[in-house]
Amino acid sequence: MSGNGAGRSAGGVDRDQVGEGELTQEQLLYRENILDHYRNPRNRRRVPDATASARGKNPLCGDEIEMFLVVEHGKIADAAFEGKGCAISQASASMLTRKLKGMEAAHALGLGQESMTGMLRIPIGVVRMKCAMLALRTAQDAIRKAGMPVADGAGKQEDDQ
Amino acid sequence: MSAAADGSAAGDLAAVRAMFPALSRSVHGKRLVYLDSAASAQKPSAVLDAMDDFYSRSYANVHRGVHALAEEATAAYEEARADVARLLGAHADEIVFTSGTTGSINIAAHSLVPTFDGGEIVVTAMEHHSNFVVWQQLAKRHGMALVVIPVRPDFTLDMARMRAAIGPATRVVAFSHASNVLGTINPAKEICELARAAGALTVIDGAQAVPHLRVDVEEIGCDLYACSGHKMYGPTGIGALYGRRELLARMAPAWFGGEMVHEVTIKETTWAEPPMRFEPGTPNIAGAIGMGAAARFLRSIGHGRIAAHERDIVAYALPLLAAVPGLSIIGPQAAEGRIGAISFTLEGVHPHDVAAVLDGHGVAVRAGHHCAQPLHCMLGVDSTSRASVGIYTTRDDIDVLVRALSSVREVFG
Repeated sequence: MSGNGAGRSAGGVDRDQVGEGELTQEQLLYRENILDHYRNPRNRRRVPDATASARGKNPLCGDEIEMFLVVEHGKIADAAFEGKGCAISQASASMLTRKLKGMEAAHALGLGQESMTGMLRIPIGVVRMKCAMLALRTAQDAIRKAGMPVADGAGKQEDDQ
Repeated sequence: MSAAADGSAAGDLAAVRAMFPALSRSVHGKRLVYLDSAASAQKPSAVLDAMDDFYSRSYANVHRGVHALAEEATAAYEEARADVARLLGAHADEIVFTSGTTGSINIAAHSLVPTFDGGEIVVTAMEHHSNFVVWQQLAKRHGMALVVIPVRPDFTLDMARMRAAIGPATRVVAFSHASNVLGTINPAKEICELARAAGALTVIDGAQAVPHLRVDVEEIGCDLYACSGHKMYGPTGIGALYGRRELLARMAPAWFGGEMVHEVTIKETTWAEPPMRFEPGTPNIAGAIGMGAAARFLRSIGHGRIAAHERDIVAYALPLLAAVPGLSIIGPQAAEGRIGAISFTLEGVHPHDVAAVLDGHGVAVRAGHHCAQPLHCMLGVDSTSRASVGIYTTRDDIDVLVRALSSVREVFG
Protein backbone atom coordinates (compact mmCIF):
# COMPACT_ATOMS: atom_id res chain seq x y z
CA MET A 1 0.00 0.00 0.00
CA SER A 2 3.00 2.30 0.28
CA GLY A 3 3.85 2.28 -3.41
CA ASN A 4 3.73 5.96 -4.28
CA GLY A 5 5.58 7.15 -1.24
CA ALA A 6 3.50 10.30 -1.02
CA GLY A 7 2.47 9.65 2.55
CA ARG A 8 -0.41 11.82 3.62
CA SER A 9 -3.66 11.91 1.77
CA ALA A 10 -6.65 14.11 2.44
CA GLY A 11 -8.08 13.69 5.90
CA GLY A 12 -4.67 13.53 7.52
CA VAL A 13 -4.43 9.74 7.38
CA ASP A 14 -1.06 8.39 6.43
CA ARG A 15 -1.55 6.25 3.35
CA ASP A 16 1.68 4.43 4.00
CA GLN A 17 0.21 3.06 7.19
CA VAL A 18 -2.84 1.45 5.62
CA GLY A 19 -1.55 -2.04 6.31
CA GLU A 20 -0.25 -1.48 9.83
CA GLY A 21 -2.37 0.48 12.29
CA GLU A 22 -5.53 -0.72 13.89
CA LEU A 23 -8.16 0.68 11.59
CA THR A 24 -11.76 -0.28 11.59
CA GLN A 25 -11.92 -0.70 7.89
CA GLU A 26 -15.68 -0.57 7.78
CA GLN A 27 -15.74 2.81 9.46
CA LEU A 28 -12.77 4.16 7.61
CA LEU A 29 -13.24 2.87 4.12
CA TYR A 30 -16.96 2.99 4.00
CA ARG A 31 -17.86 6.14 5.79
CA GLU A 32 -21.54 6.76 5.82
CA ASN A 33 -21.07 9.49 3.25
CA ILE A 34 -19.58 7.12 0.69
CA LEU A 35 -22.16 4.45 1.36
CA ASP A 36 -24.87 7.08 0.98
CA HIS A 37 -23.55 8.09 -2.46
CA TYR A 38 -23.21 4.42 -3.38
CA ARG A 39 -26.75 3.54 -2.33
CA ASN A 40 -28.36 6.78 -3.52
CA PRO A 41 -26.20 7.96 -6.38
CA ARG A 42 -26.70 11.57 -7.44
CA ASN A 43 -27.03 12.37 -11.15
CA ARG A 44 -27.18 8.76 -12.14
CA ARG A 45 -28.94 8.99 -15.46
CA ARG A 46 -28.25 9.00 -19.15
CA VAL A 47 -28.17 12.38 -20.88
CA PRO A 48 -29.20 11.94 -24.52
CA ASP A 49 -28.17 15.47 -25.53
CA ALA A 50 -24.79 15.42 -23.80
CA THR A 51 -22.16 17.37 -25.70
CA ALA A 52 -19.37 15.23 -24.28
CA SER A 53 -19.48 11.60 -23.19
CA ALA A 54 -17.10 8.72 -22.73
CA ARG A 55 -16.92 5.22 -21.33
CA GLY A 56 -14.28 4.15 -18.87
CA LYS A 57 -13.36 0.78 -17.49
CA ASN A 58 -11.16 -0.33 -14.65
CA PRO A 59 -9.91 -3.67 -15.95
CA LEU A 60 -8.63 -4.53 -12.50
CA CYS A 61 -12.01 -5.13 -10.96
CA GLY A 62 -14.44 -4.54 -13.78
CA ASP A 63 -15.75 -1.13 -12.70
CA GLU A 64 -17.52 0.61 -15.55
CA ILE A 65 -18.48 4.26 -15.85
CA GLU A 66 -20.11 6.24 -18.63
CA MET A 67 -19.92 9.98 -18.12
CA PHE A 68 -22.28 12.49 -19.73
CA LEU A 69 -21.44 16.19 -19.78
CA VAL A 70 -23.34 19.13 -21.22
CA VAL A 71 -20.79 21.85 -21.88
CA GLU A 72 -22.05 25.30 -22.84
CA HIS A 73 -19.62 28.13 -23.64
CA GLY A 74 -16.79 26.17 -22.01
CA LYS A 75 -18.73 25.65 -18.81
CA ILE A 76 -20.14 22.32 -17.57
CA ALA A 77 -23.89 22.90 -17.31
CA ASP A 78 -24.80 19.32 -16.48
CA ALA A 79 -22.93 16.19 -15.46
CA ALA A 80 -24.30 12.69 -15.02
CA PHE A 81 -23.14 9.11 -15.12
CA GLU A 82 -24.16 5.51 -15.59
CA GLY A 83 -22.16 2.58 -14.38
CA LYS A 84 -21.63 -0.42 -12.21
CA GLY A 85 -18.84 -1.42 -9.89
CA CYS A 86 -17.55 -1.18 -6.36
CA ALA A 87 -18.67 1.39 -3.80
CA ILE A 88 -15.57 3.55 -4.25
CA SER A 89 -15.95 3.81 -8.02
CA GLN A 90 -19.67 4.54 -7.97
CA ALA A 91 -19.64 6.93 -5.01
CA SER A 92 -16.74 8.89 -6.49
CA ALA A 93 -18.68 9.22 -9.76
CA SER A 94 -21.71 10.48 -7.87
CA MET A 95 -19.63 13.03 -5.95
CA LEU A 96 -17.76 14.11 -9.05
CA THR A 97 -20.91 14.95 -11.02
CA ARG A 98 -21.90 17.40 -8.30
CA LYS A 99 -18.46 18.96 -8.23
CA LEU A 100 -18.31 19.34 -12.00
CA LYS A 101 -21.56 21.25 -12.42
CA GLY A 102 -20.77 24.90 -13.03
CA MET A 103 -17.05 24.25 -13.50
CA GLU A 104 -15.06 25.40 -16.52
CA ALA A 105 -14.36 22.34 -18.69
CA ALA A 106 -10.74 23.42 -18.99
CA HIS A 107 -10.46 23.51 -15.21
CA ALA A 108 -11.92 20.01 -14.95
CA LEU A 109 -9.09 18.76 -17.16
CA GLY A 110 -6.65 19.90 -14.51
CA LEU A 111 -8.21 17.98 -11.62
CA GLY A 112 -6.18 15.12 -10.21
CA GLN A 113 -5.94 12.56 -7.42
CA GLU A 114 -6.15 15.08 -4.59
CA SER A 115 -9.51 16.29 -5.88
CA MET A 116 -10.96 12.81 -5.57
CA THR A 117 -9.39 11.88 -2.24
CA GLY A 118 -10.49 15.30 -0.98
CA MET A 119 -14.09 14.41 -1.72
CA LEU A 120 -13.90 10.80 -0.53
CA ARG A 121 -11.93 11.80 2.58
CA ILE A 122 -10.59 8.32 3.24
CA PRO A 123 -7.15 6.82 2.80
CA ILE A 124 -6.92 5.20 -0.62
CA GLY A 125 -4.15 2.74 -1.37
CA VAL A 126 -2.44 2.55 -4.74
CA VAL A 127 -4.60 -0.34 -5.91
CA ARG A 128 -7.96 1.21 -5.17
CA MET A 129 -6.87 4.61 -6.44
CA LYS A 130 -7.84 3.23 -9.87
CA CYS A 131 -11.44 2.86 -8.62
CA ALA A 132 -11.41 6.35 -7.13
CA MET A 133 -10.00 7.93 -10.29
CA LEU A 134 -12.14 6.15 -12.87
CA ALA A 135 -14.96 8.71 -13.02
CA LEU A 136 -12.60 11.70 -13.24
CA ARG A 137 -10.43 10.09 -15.90
CA THR A 138 -13.55 9.24 -17.90
CA ALA A 139 -14.95 12.77 -17.59
CA GLN A 140 -11.62 14.21 -18.74
CA ASP A 141 -11.58 11.75 -21.61
CA ALA A 142 -15.06 12.95 -22.61
CA ILE A 143 -13.95 16.60 -22.57
CA ARG A 144 -10.85 15.87 -24.63
CA LYS A 145 -12.77 13.74 -27.14
CA ALA A 146 -15.29 16.52 -27.62
CA GLY A 147 -12.40 18.80 -28.53
CA MET A 148 -13.15 21.46 -25.95
CA PRO A 149 -10.85 24.45 -26.22
CA VAL A 150 -8.33 24.45 -23.39
CA ALA A 151 -7.95 27.91 -21.91
CA ASP A 152 -4.55 29.35 -21.13
CA GLY A 153 -2.58 26.82 -19.13
CA ALA A 154 -5.61 25.42 -17.34
CA GLY A 155 -5.19 21.99 -18.92
CA LYS A 156 -2.11 21.02 -16.99
CA GLN A 157 -2.45 18.56 -14.13
CA GLU A 158 -2.66 20.47 -10.90
CA ASP A 159 -1.97 17.80 -8.40
CA ASP A 160 -1.04 14.52 -10.02
CA GLN A 161 2.27 12.97 -9.15
CA MET B 1 2.66 -32.23 7.99
CA SER B 2 6.41 -32.14 8.54
CA ALA B 3 8.12 -33.59 11.57
CA ALA B 4 6.15 -32.18 14.48
CA ALA B 5 7.04 -32.91 18.06
CA ASP B 6 3.76 -34.59 18.91
CA GLY B 7 3.19 -36.05 15.45
CA SER B 8 -0.43 -34.85 15.41
CA ALA B 9 -2.02 -33.18 12.41
CA ALA B 10 -2.48 -29.97 14.42
CA GLY B 11 1.14 -30.04 15.55
CA ASP B 12 2.22 -30.65 11.96
CA LEU B 13 0.26 -27.64 10.76
CA ALA B 14 1.69 -25.42 13.50
CA ALA B 15 5.18 -26.55 12.51
CA VAL B 16 4.54 -25.72 8.86
CA ARG B 17 3.11 -22.31 9.74
CA ALA B 18 6.18 -21.55 11.85
CA MET B 19 8.27 -21.90 8.68
CA PHE B 20 6.56 -18.85 7.14
CA PRO B 21 7.73 -15.60 8.80
CA ALA B 22 4.99 -13.47 7.22
CA LEU B 23 2.23 -15.49 8.86
CA SER B 24 3.18 -14.14 12.29
CA ARG B 25 2.51 -10.50 11.38
CA SER B 26 -0.71 -8.66 12.05
CA VAL B 27 -2.81 -6.54 9.72
CA HIS B 28 -4.95 -3.69 11.05
CA GLY B 29 -4.28 -5.04 14.53
CA LYS B 30 -5.69 -8.44 13.60
CA ARG B 31 -4.00 -11.77 12.98
CA LEU B 32 -3.15 -12.07 9.29
CA VAL B 33 -5.45 -14.60 7.62
CA TYR B 34 -3.79 -15.09 4.27
CA LEU B 35 -6.28 -16.56 1.82
CA ASP B 36 -4.66 -15.27 -1.36
CA SER B 37 -2.16 -18.01 -2.10
CA ALA B 38 -3.61 -18.61 -5.57
CA ALA B 39 -2.47 -15.09 -6.47
CA SER B 40 0.87 -15.58 -4.79
CA ALA B 41 1.94 -17.75 -1.89
CA GLN B 42 3.94 -16.71 1.15
CA LYS B 43 7.56 -17.82 1.43
CA PRO B 44 9.09 -20.27 3.91
CA SER B 45 12.44 -19.45 5.54
CA ALA B 46 14.07 -22.22 3.51
CA VAL B 47 13.42 -20.24 0.32
CA LEU B 48 14.42 -16.90 1.81
CA ASP B 49 17.60 -18.35 3.31
CA ALA B 50 18.66 -20.06 0.08
CA MET B 51 18.41 -16.78 -1.83
CA ASP B 52 20.01 -14.79 0.93
CA ASP B 53 22.88 -17.24 1.16
CA PHE B 54 23.44 -17.04 -2.57
CA TYR B 55 23.49 -13.24 -2.63
CA SER B 56 25.57 -13.02 0.56
CA ARG B 57 28.15 -15.71 -0.15
CA SER B 58 28.22 -17.24 -3.59
CA TYR B 59 27.02 -14.50 -5.89
CA ALA B 60 28.45 -14.51 -9.40
CA ASN B 61 27.22 -14.98 -12.95
CA VAL B 62 26.67 -18.52 -14.12
CA HIS B 63 28.14 -20.70 -16.86
CA ARG B 64 31.00 -18.34 -17.70
CA GLY B 65 33.58 -17.61 -15.04
CA VAL B 66 36.18 -20.11 -13.91
CA HIS B 67 36.61 -18.62 -10.46
CA ALA B 68 35.29 -20.16 -7.25
CA LEU B 69 32.17 -18.01 -6.92
CA ALA B 70 31.19 -18.62 -10.54
CA GLU B 71 31.57 -22.33 -9.94
CA GLU B 72 29.43 -22.19 -6.82
CA ALA B 73 26.78 -20.08 -8.49
CA THR B 74 26.62 -22.36 -11.52
CA ALA B 75 26.41 -25.44 -9.33
CA ALA B 76 23.60 -23.90 -7.26
CA TYR B 77 21.73 -22.83 -10.41
CA GLU B 78 21.97 -26.25 -12.02
CA GLU B 79 21.10 -27.99 -8.75
CA ALA B 80 17.96 -25.85 -8.62
CA ARG B 81 17.09 -27.04 -12.12
CA ALA B 82 17.48 -30.63 -10.95
CA ASP B 83 15.26 -29.92 -7.92
CA VAL B 84 12.49 -28.50 -10.11
CA ALA B 85 12.87 -31.48 -12.46
CA ARG B 86 12.47 -33.91 -9.56
CA LEU B 87 9.35 -32.07 -8.42
CA LEU B 88 7.76 -32.49 -11.86
CA GLY B 89 9.01 -35.99 -12.59
CA ALA B 90 11.27 -34.74 -15.40
CA HIS B 91 14.95 -34.80 -16.32
CA ALA B 92 17.02 -31.71 -15.55
CA ASP B 93 17.73 -31.02 -19.23
CA GLU B 94 13.97 -30.87 -19.84
CA ILE B 95 13.54 -27.86 -17.54
CA VAL B 96 13.91 -24.35 -18.95
CA PHE B 97 14.03 -21.52 -16.43
CA THR B 98 11.74 -18.69 -17.46
CA SER B 99 10.28 -15.55 -15.91
CA GLY B 100 7.13 -17.41 -14.81
CA THR B 101 4.18 -19.29 -16.26
CA THR B 102 3.43 -16.45 -18.67
CA GLY B 103 7.04 -16.48 -19.87
CA SER B 104 6.97 -20.26 -20.23
CA ILE B 105 3.82 -20.31 -22.32
CA ASN B 106 5.04 -17.44 -24.49
CA ILE B 107 8.28 -19.29 -25.23
CA ALA B 108 6.30 -22.41 -26.12
CA ALA B 109 3.79 -20.57 -28.29
CA HIS B 110 6.28 -18.31 -30.09
CA SER B 111 8.48 -21.27 -30.84
CA LEU B 112 5.73 -23.64 -31.98
CA VAL B 113 3.08 -21.61 -33.76
CA PRO B 114 5.24 -20.29 -36.65
CA THR B 115 6.08 -23.90 -37.55
CA PHE B 116 2.44 -24.83 -38.10
CA ASP B 117 0.96 -24.58 -41.55
CA GLY B 118 -2.52 -23.42 -40.57
CA GLY B 119 -4.80 -25.64 -38.51
CA GLU B 120 -6.40 -25.17 -35.14
CA ILE B 121 -5.36 -24.29 -31.61
CA VAL B 122 -7.65 -25.70 -28.91
CA VAL B 123 -7.91 -23.87 -25.57
CA THR B 124 -10.51 -23.89 -22.82
CA ALA B 125 -12.86 -21.19 -21.57
CA MET B 126 -11.38 -21.45 -18.08
CA GLU B 127 -7.90 -20.33 -19.07
CA HIS B 128 -6.00 -17.61 -17.27
CA HIS B 129 -5.10 -14.85 -19.76
CA SER B 130 -1.54 -16.18 -19.72
CA ASN B 131 -2.69 -19.32 -21.53
CA PHE B 132 -5.31 -17.63 -23.68
CA VAL B 133 -4.20 -14.30 -25.10
CA VAL B 134 -0.92 -15.58 -26.54
CA TRP B 135 -2.71 -18.37 -28.47
CA GLN B 136 -5.48 -16.02 -29.59
CA GLN B 137 -2.98 -13.49 -30.91
CA LEU B 138 -0.59 -15.95 -32.55
CA ALA B 139 -3.50 -17.79 -34.15
CA LYS B 140 -4.50 -14.49 -35.77
CA ARG B 141 -0.98 -13.72 -36.94
CA HIS B 142 -0.45 -17.14 -38.45
CA GLY B 143 -3.87 -17.74 -39.96
CA MET B 144 -4.94 -20.42 -37.50
CA ALA B 145 -8.33 -21.00 -35.92
CA LEU B 146 -8.82 -20.76 -32.15
CA VAL B 147 -11.26 -23.31 -30.74
CA VAL B 148 -12.51 -22.61 -27.20
CA ILE B 149 -13.90 -25.53 -25.18
CA PRO B 150 -16.69 -24.37 -22.84
CA VAL B 151 -17.28 -25.09 -19.17
CA ARG B 152 -20.33 -27.12 -18.11
CA PRO B 153 -22.91 -25.88 -15.58
CA ASP B 154 -21.16 -27.93 -12.86
CA PHE B 155 -17.98 -25.91 -13.57
CA THR B 156 -16.10 -28.84 -15.09
CA LEU B 157 -14.65 -28.82 -18.56
CA ASP B 158 -16.99 -30.02 -21.28
CA MET B 159 -15.06 -33.15 -22.25
CA ALA B 160 -17.62 -34.16 -24.88
CA ARG B 161 -16.86 -30.92 -26.69
CA MET B 162 -13.14 -31.48 -26.14
CA ARG B 163 -13.36 -34.95 -27.71
CA ALA B 164 -15.31 -33.57 -30.65
CA ALA B 165 -12.93 -30.65 -31.13
CA ILE B 166 -9.63 -32.54 -31.19
CA GLY B 167 -8.99 -33.90 -34.67
CA PRO B 168 -6.64 -33.93 -37.63
CA ALA B 169 -6.65 -30.11 -37.87
CA THR B 170 -5.58 -29.71 -34.23
CA ARG B 171 -1.98 -28.59 -33.84
CA VAL B 172 -1.91 -27.69 -30.13
CA VAL B 173 -4.19 -28.26 -27.16
CA ALA B 174 -3.44 -25.71 -24.41
CA PHE B 175 -5.22 -26.01 -21.08
CA SER B 176 -4.84 -25.40 -17.38
CA HIS B 177 -4.19 -28.35 -15.09
CA ALA B 178 -6.29 -26.58 -12.43
CA SER B 179 -8.38 -23.44 -12.86
CA ASN B 180 -7.30 -20.37 -10.91
CA VAL B 181 -10.92 -19.20 -10.69
CA LEU B 182 -13.07 -22.33 -10.43
CA GLY B 183 -10.56 -24.55 -8.71
CA THR B 184 -11.55 -27.32 -11.13
CA ILE B 185 -8.88 -29.95 -11.79
CA ASN B 186 -8.95 -30.91 -15.46
CA PRO B 187 -8.42 -34.49 -16.69
CA ALA B 188 -4.93 -33.73 -17.98
CA LYS B 189 -3.97 -37.29 -18.80
CA GLU B 190 -7.12 -37.92 -20.83
CA ILE B 191 -6.75 -34.68 -22.78
CA CYS B 192 -3.12 -35.49 -23.55
CA GLU B 193 -4.13 -38.94 -24.83
CA LEU B 194 -6.75 -37.41 -27.10
CA ALA B 195 -4.23 -34.88 -28.42
CA ARG B 196 -1.51 -37.45 -28.96
CA ALA B 197 -3.87 -39.71 -30.88
CA ALA B 198 -4.66 -36.76 -33.15
CA GLY B 199 -1.00 -35.87 -33.60
CA ALA B 200 -1.37 -32.61 -31.68
CA LEU B 201 0.97 -31.17 -29.06
CA THR B 202 -0.14 -30.37 -25.52
CA VAL B 203 0.80 -27.31 -23.45
CA ILE B 204 -0.36 -27.32 -19.83
CA ASP B 205 -0.58 -24.29 -17.55
CA GLY B 206 0.35 -25.87 -14.23
CA ALA B 207 0.65 -22.67 -12.20
CA GLN B 208 -2.24 -23.61 -9.90
CA ALA B 209 -1.56 -27.34 -9.83
CA VAL B 210 2.10 -27.62 -8.82
CA PRO B 211 1.66 -26.14 -5.31
CA HIS B 212 -1.26 -28.46 -4.54
CA LEU B 213 -1.08 -31.69 -6.55
CA ARG B 214 1.55 -34.27 -7.30
CA VAL B 215 2.56 -33.53 -10.86
CA ASP B 216 4.35 -36.14 -12.93
CA VAL B 217 4.76 -34.93 -16.48
CA GLU B 218 5.60 -38.37 -17.81
CA GLU B 219 2.53 -39.90 -16.25
CA ILE B 220 0.38 -37.08 -17.59
CA GLY B 221 1.96 -37.53 -20.98
CA CYS B 222 2.12 -33.85 -21.89
CA ASP B 223 4.57 -32.25 -24.28
CA LEU B 224 5.08 -28.97 -22.44
CA TYR B 225 4.20 -27.94 -18.89
CA ALA B 226 4.50 -24.44 -17.42
CA CYS B 227 4.64 -23.30 -13.81
CA SER B 228 5.64 -20.34 -11.63
CA GLY B 229 7.98 -20.10 -8.67
CA HIS B 230 5.93 -17.64 -6.68
CA LYS B 231 2.78 -19.74 -6.53
CA MET B 232 4.71 -22.73 -5.16
CA TYR B 233 6.16 -20.80 -2.20
CA GLY B 234 9.18 -19.64 -4.20
CA PRO B 235 10.16 -16.16 -5.39
CA THR B 236 8.59 -14.03 -8.11
CA GLY B 237 10.13 -13.50 -11.54
CA ILE B 238 11.03 -17.14 -12.01
CA GLY B 239 9.21 -20.06 -13.53
CA ALA B 240 9.84 -23.24 -15.44
CA LEU B 241 8.90 -24.72 -18.77
CA TYR B 242 9.12 -28.48 -18.95
CA GLY B 243 9.51 -29.83 -22.45
CA ARG B 244 9.84 -33.42 -23.59
CA ARG B 245 13.50 -33.94 -24.46
CA GLU B 246 13.02 -34.77 -28.13
CA LEU B 247 10.51 -31.96 -28.58
CA LEU B 248 12.81 -29.33 -27.04
CA ALA B 249 15.62 -30.63 -29.26
CA ARG B 250 13.69 -29.74 -32.40
CA MET B 251 12.14 -26.50 -31.15
CA ALA B 252 13.66 -23.26 -32.35
CA PRO B 253 14.41 -20.62 -29.74
CA ALA B 254 11.73 -18.02 -29.23
CA TRP B 255 14.20 -15.22 -28.63
CA PHE B 256 17.86 -14.63 -29.07
CA GLY B 257 21.01 -13.47 -27.32
CA GLY B 258 24.08 -14.75 -25.56
CA GLU B 259 24.44 -17.98 -23.59
CA MET B 260 22.02 -19.77 -25.91
CA VAL B 261 24.30 -20.26 -28.91
CA HIS B 262 26.59 -22.95 -30.12
CA GLU B 263 28.43 -20.94 -32.74
CA VAL B 264 27.89 -17.47 -34.14
CA THR B 265 29.30 -16.29 -37.46
CA ILE B 266 28.52 -13.14 -39.41
CA LYS B 267 25.93 -15.06 -41.44
CA GLU B 268 24.64 -17.86 -39.25
CA THR B 269 24.08 -18.98 -35.69
CA THR B 270 23.66 -22.49 -34.39
CA TRP B 271 21.90 -23.12 -31.15
CA ALA B 272 23.08 -24.58 -27.92
CA GLU B 273 21.39 -27.75 -26.75
CA PRO B 274 18.23 -27.41 -24.62
CA PRO B 275 17.61 -26.09 -22.05
CA MET B 276 20.30 -23.41 -22.62
CA ARG B 277 18.86 -22.74 -26.07
CA PHE B 278 15.83 -21.16 -24.42
CA GLU B 279 17.67 -19.15 -21.77
CA PRO B 280 19.38 -16.23 -23.51
CA GLY B 281 21.05 -13.62 -21.35
CA THR B 282 21.94 -13.74 -17.68
CA PRO B 283 19.16 -15.70 -16.04
CA ASN B 284 17.33 -14.94 -12.79
CA ILE B 285 19.93 -16.90 -10.84
CA ALA B 286 18.71 -16.10 -7.32
CA GLY B 287 15.12 -16.69 -8.42
CA ALA B 288 16.03 -20.12 -9.78
CA ILE B 289 17.83 -20.98 -6.56
CA GLY B 290 14.77 -19.87 -4.60
CA MET B 291 12.48 -21.93 -6.82
CA GLY B 292 14.76 -24.93 -6.35
CA ALA B 293 14.53 -24.46 -2.58
CA ALA B 294 10.74 -24.25 -2.87
CA ALA B 295 10.71 -27.51 -4.84
CA ARG B 296 12.75 -29.18 -2.08
CA PHE B 297 10.42 -27.71 0.52
CA LEU B 298 7.35 -29.16 -1.22
CA ARG B 299 9.01 -32.56 -1.61
CA SER B 300 10.10 -32.60 2.02
CA ILE B 301 6.50 -32.25 3.13
CA GLY B 302 5.14 -34.42 0.37
CA HIS B 303 2.27 -33.84 -2.00
CA GLY B 304 0.24 -36.62 -0.44
CA ARG B 305 0.11 -34.75 2.86
CA ILE B 306 -0.33 -31.38 1.19
CA ALA B 307 -3.30 -32.60 -0.85
CA ALA B 308 -4.88 -34.33 2.17
CA HIS B 309 -4.54 -31.22 4.34
CA GLU B 310 -5.92 -28.89 1.68
CA ARG B 311 -8.80 -31.24 0.87
CA ASP B 312 -9.71 -31.20 4.56
CA ILE B 313 -9.71 -27.39 4.62
CA VAL B 314 -11.75 -27.15 1.40
CA ALA B 315 -14.26 -29.72 2.65
CA TYR B 316 -14.57 -27.69 5.86
CA ALA B 317 -14.89 -24.36 4.05
CA LEU B 318 -17.37 -25.14 1.26
CA PRO B 319 -20.49 -25.82 3.38
CA LEU B 320 -19.70 -22.94 5.77
CA LEU B 321 -19.34 -20.54 2.86
CA ALA B 322 -22.42 -21.88 1.10
CA ALA B 323 -24.40 -21.18 4.28
CA VAL B 324 -23.53 -17.45 4.24
CA PRO B 325 -26.73 -15.67 3.11
CA GLY B 326 -26.46 -14.44 -0.48
CA LEU B 327 -23.19 -16.23 -1.16
CA SER B 328 -22.79 -18.31 -4.33
CA ILE B 329 -19.73 -20.47 -4.89
CA ILE B 330 -18.48 -20.20 -8.48
CA GLY B 331 -16.92 -23.61 -8.89
CA PRO B 332 -17.44 -27.26 -8.04
CA GLN B 333 -19.47 -27.54 -4.83
CA ALA B 334 -17.63 -30.59 -3.47
CA ALA B 335 -14.04 -30.86 -2.29
CA GLU B 336 -13.20 -33.69 -4.67
CA GLY B 337 -11.79 -32.86 -8.09
CA ARG B 338 -10.85 -29.36 -7.15
CA ILE B 339 -8.11 -27.30 -5.53
CA GLY B 340 -8.71 -24.71 -2.84
CA ALA B 341 -9.19 -21.67 -5.05
CA ILE B 342 -12.74 -20.84 -3.96
CA SER B 343 -14.39 -18.03 -5.91
CA PHE B 344 -17.71 -16.64 -4.85
CA THR B 345 -20.12 -13.78 -5.25
CA LEU B 346 -22.04 -12.11 -2.46
CA GLU B 347 -25.40 -10.83 -3.58
CA GLY B 348 -25.59 -7.06 -3.73
CA VAL B 349 -21.96 -6.38 -2.84
CA HIS B 350 -19.20 -5.77 -5.34
CA PRO B 351 -16.26 -8.17 -4.88
CA HIS B 352 -13.88 -5.26 -4.36
CA ASP B 353 -15.99 -4.08 -1.46
CA VAL B 354 -16.07 -7.61 -0.07
CA ALA B 355 -12.29 -7.79 -0.20
CA ALA B 356 -11.86 -4.35 1.38
CA VAL B 357 -14.11 -5.13 4.33
CA LEU B 358 -12.44 -8.53 4.82
CA ASP B 359 -9.08 -6.75 4.81
CA GLY B 360 -10.25 -4.78 7.83
CA HIS B 361 -10.55 -8.12 9.60
CA GLY B 362 -7.03 -9.11 8.61
CA VAL B 363 -8.34 -11.45 5.89
CA ALA B 364 -6.55 -11.28 2.54
CA VAL B 365 -8.61 -12.42 -0.46
CA ARG B 366 -8.50 -11.50 -4.13
CA ALA B 367 -11.27 -9.68 -5.96
CA GLY B 368 -11.71 -9.15 -9.67
CA HIS B 369 -11.81 -11.30 -12.76
CA HIS B 370 -8.57 -13.06 -11.81
CA CYS B 371 -7.12 -12.60 -15.30
CA ALA B 372 -9.87 -14.79 -16.74
CA GLN B 373 -12.24 -12.41 -18.52
CA PRO B 374 -13.51 -14.91 -21.11
CA LEU B 375 -14.54 -17.24 -18.27
CA HIS B 376 -16.31 -14.51 -16.31
CA CYS B 377 -18.06 -13.44 -19.49
CA MET B 378 -19.25 -17.00 -20.14
CA LEU B 379 -20.41 -17.38 -16.54
CA GLY B 380 -22.25 -14.08 -16.77
CA VAL B 381 -20.57 -12.50 -13.74
CA ASP B 382 -18.48 -9.34 -13.85
CA SER B 383 -16.08 -10.37 -11.17
CA THR B 384 -15.78 -12.56 -8.12
CA SER B 385 -14.06 -12.69 -4.75
CA ARG B 386 -11.66 -15.56 -4.25
CA ALA B 387 -10.40 -17.13 -1.05
CA SER B 388 -7.60 -19.56 -1.77
CA VAL B 389 -6.12 -22.22 0.42
CA GLY B 390 -2.46 -23.09 0.86
CA ILE B 391 -0.26 -25.45 2.78
CA TYR B 392 -0.54 -23.22 5.88
CA THR B 393 -4.30 -22.57 5.89
CA THR B 394 -6.12 -23.54 9.09
CA ARG B 395 -9.76 -24.22 9.90
CA ASP B 396 -9.56 -21.16 12.12
CA ASP B 397 -8.64 -19.10 9.04
CA ILE B 398 -11.89 -20.28 7.46
CA ASP B 399 -13.86 -19.43 10.62
CA VAL B 400 -12.45 -15.88 10.60
CA LEU B 401 -13.34 -15.56 6.91
CA VAL B 402 -16.91 -16.71 7.43
CA ARG B 403 -17.43 -14.39 10.41
CA ALA B 404 -15.96 -11.47 8.47
CA LEU B 405 -18.29 -12.20 5.56
CA SER B 406 -21.28 -11.70 7.86
CA SER B 407 -19.93 -8.25 8.76
CA VAL B 408 -19.72 -7.44 5.03
CA ARG B 409 -23.44 -7.98 4.90
CA GLU B 410 -23.92 -5.72 7.91
CA VAL B 411 -21.99 -2.88 6.25
CA PHE B 412 -23.82 -3.22 2.95
CA GLY B 413 -27.04 -4.68 4.24
